[in-house]
Formats: sequence, C-alpha cells, structure tokens
Amino acid sequence: MGMGEKTVIVLHSGDMDKVYSALIIANGALAMGMEASIYFTFWGLMRLKKGELEKGPLSKMNMLGLGRRMVKQRMDKANVVSLERLMSDFKELGGKIIACEMTMEIMGIKKEELRTEWIDEWGAVGSYIQEARDANVTLFI
Amino acid sequence: MAEMEIDVRGQTCPVPLVECRKAFKKTSPGDILIVKGTHPASKKEIPMACKAMGLEILEIEDKEGGKEWEIKIRR
Repeated sequence: MGMGEKTVIVLHSGDMDKVYSALIIANGALAMGMEASIYFTFWGLMRLKKGELEKGPLSKMNMLGLGRRMVKQRMDKANVVSLERLMSDFKELGGKIIACEMTMEIMGIKKEELRTEWIDEWGAVGSYIQEARDANVTLFI
Repeated sequence: MAEMEIDVRGQTCPVPLVECRKAFKKTSPGDILIVKGTHPASKKEIPMACKAMGLEILEIEDKEGGKEWEIKIRR
C-alpha cells in the first residue's frame, strides 16, 4: 500500500480552524495510502507548545472567543474529534512533523516547551523544500 | 483468513477513513475488513481510498433504510 506519493503541508497559521484543516487533510492523505508531513512554522508552531494544540482562536469572527466557543459547540454536536485525537492518529499512521527552528529563535521558544514526542525533525526552509520536492500535493495553510 | 469489523457509526470526517487505515495496518493480505458507518461522504471515499491502495471492495450495502452503510473490503 502506498506508492511513494506524498502530501506536504506548511502550517503557518495557529488558528484553530486552520489547524483542523491541516490535520484533517494530512490524516486523509495517510488514510489514502500517501505519506504526509506537516511543517509547523510561525503561529502554527505555537500550537506545538505544551497544552496549546487546542487553544488557537478562530480565523474569522472570533469575537474575543465567543465565536470560537459557538463554533466549538457546533463541532462537538457534529461529533468532530479533538485536535489531540487527530494528532495522535496522524502519528500512529506514520505522519511526520517538522518544527521551524527560526520561529523558535524569533519567538524565544525552547525545545523543552514543545511536544517533542510529536516532532520528527527540526529544520528551516531547506527541510521543507527537501520534503516537498518529490511531493504530489503541497499546501500552505 | 481473518475477518475484522470496525464500527464508525456516528463518526465524521476524517475518522471513518482514518480508522479503516488503522484497521488495515493490523491485518494481513487476504484478510477481510467490514466497516459500519453513517457518514455519507465516507461511503464514497472509503472505496476511493481502497482503489488507490489496491484493495478489493467486495460489497457496499445500505442498512437501516439508507441511514447506515456497510462496506466489505479484502486486503
């Protein structure tokens, strides 16, 4: 299974809805027999901090968290799983996570502040390009 | 040949697809997987994924007056 096809996603946003998009697409790719990697950078990298995965605001109509709460309620009602669950499935199916080192430097984030058990590689733009050069699908979210 | 069943009734995108993939990782070639679900898009997309991975769809059956479906796949 899997013909060496690959999906590579750059997750630049830390918004809850966009983190959902990235993890759903990446899990879909794995489920359909592709390889998948997500390069977490800038605001996206913040979601890899301990206890922060589910904490992103809504990209639109966040309204100081009120809009976010309403959307979250509707998601729960529709039985949408948590980001924590999507991440655990992503790792279980062999998904790869790359953390942006420049973001860490800019934001003053240390490795021990991040969920290192999820992170397979620490890198910069070269790691993304190397990862994406033989990818069939690549997205910037 | 082992037979395995997973129940993803009530689950939505992307869980039915992901659970299928997880189940296949626990099977051997020739084994049968039965997936029970309710998510409408997955009824089309599980066969799509199986085709892409070279797995054989044996049966797609509607249940409970079309509210549920059951897909039988051979790895």
